[in-house]
Amino acid sequence: MSNAGQQRFTGTTVIGTARLIAAKDLRVELRSRVLLNQVLPFALIVMVMFAFALDSDAVLERVAPGLVWLAALFSTLIMVSRSFAVETADGALDQLRSAGVPAMGIFIGKMMALMAQLVVLVTLLIIAAVVLYRAELSWAGSVLLVTTGLTATCGLAAVGTLYGGLAAGAKGRETLLPLLLLPVVAPVLIGATRATESAFGTRGVSTSQGWPWLGLLAVFAVLFSVSGAVAFGPLLDD
Amino acid sequence: MSNDRVTSTPFTKGLGFFVLLGIALLIILGIFVSPADVNQGESVRIMYAHVPGAWLAYLAFVMTAVSSAAYLWKRTRSLTWDRIAGASAEVGVLFMGISLVTGSLWGRLTWGTYWTWDARLTTTAFLFVTYIGYLAVRGLGGTHQQRARRSAVLALLAVLEIPLVHFSVELWNTLHQEASVAGRGTDVEMNGLMLFTLFLGVVVFTLMYVWLVLHRQRSLMLEDMLDDSGLDHALSERRAEATQAGR
Repeated sequence: MSNAGQQRFTGTTVIGTARLIAAKDLRVELRSRVLLNQVLPFALIVMVMFAFALDSDAVLERVAPGLVWLAALFSTLIMVSRSFAVETADGALDQLRSAGVPAMGIFIGKMMALMAQLVVLVTLLIIAAVVLYRAELSWAGSVLLVTTGLTATCGLAAVGTLYGGLAAGAKGRETLLPLLLLPVVAPVLIGATRATESAFGTRGVSTSQGWPWLGLLAVFAVLFSVSGAVAFGPLLDD
Repeated sequence: MSNDRVTSTPFTKGLGFFVLLGIALLIILGIFVSPADVNQGESVRIMYAHVPGAWLAYLAFVMTAVSSAAYLWKRTRSLTWDRIAGASAEVGVLFMGISLVTGSLWGRLTWGTYWTWDARLTTTAFLFVTYIGYLAVRGLGGTHQQRARRSAVLALLAVLEIPLVHFSVELWNTLHQEASVAGRGTDVEMNGLMLFTLFLGVVVFTLMYVWLVLHRQRSLMLEDMLDDSGLDHALSERRAEATQAGR
């Protein structure tokens, strides 16, 4: 890391730390290309497998929004695992903490990096739904869809980082994380699926009916961002 | 010395006696004495285990949250609170499982289906899975304080999560319930003896919960002590080896 980075580090402000951590995580991704080479292809193959399982264009069109978000959740699990495998492999998280880096900054930084990657993933999944499942997208629907995508990924990133940090460093966390995370993200699945249904106009649901679901997604995102930022310190302290 | 290796005290022995007595009375009243329901028939007897089981599970999870908060409060950091939280969650998961099984059997008899996507049922299932996850986190390893902190934060997160899950399932439900099942049973007038049996069930199950948690909490303490002394034992063995090698 450059001198500029180290100088800012001595300030140890929450925002400064968050920016550094996020930049670091994204740089790790740019160089390792795990998202690009492994997670995105996984998400795509899940979408193709759904088509095999359901075996009907009409059914696929009807359930496309749900499948998009289900695939997004599965991929989130992998990405959260990856995000903390990077931190715990060499005890990096412990070193960050013993260097006096604010835990809230670490949380926000990792959450931001995760959200950026999730946005890429969800974009790809929506394109896949349009191409593979014949989902229709109007201009008004696109606005709703973008807002939904951002709010939902923000919530997913917050809760993913929080639970990822909780299980970080423990043996057997890869198998534990899905069990912990999936029940928690049920509101995101419900809210985002309904909002996406309106955006796609599935089953004749109009676009305007989708906006109220954003409230649920926003509450979720705020609740877990705040509680994550607060709880992350006590979780990591040893 | 041998006394503190036992998880029972005169109090729990007395309590255990009353619990056994209560269970016997509950079985007699619930299965033989109380009448069959006008609408539900004999299947109403499942309620005497199902309702107290669900009540107890909720009580147990509230207790887990409260003792987790007590653990995290300022600098108490007492592992006793952590063990009470853990013991309570274990008992809660057990009884929520019983409650789910008896509930779906009752549903099959009364509604003709094991499961409906009712908000209360769905949230209960989520609650069940959430606390199974909580128990898995307790088993992750690390130091006792690590375990306590992780699980306490998780238990408090569950307090945030569960109302949100319930609310979203309710929203989902109001829009997408296709075949609603009639007769939630709340407007049914209950016979006095039936009501008494149900009340007795709640009391007996609550006492049983206290008994189970007291015992389990103490056995968890013994497990923790064993962990600690196991390490001390290994350390002193290595030291002995070292001094022998030094000679």
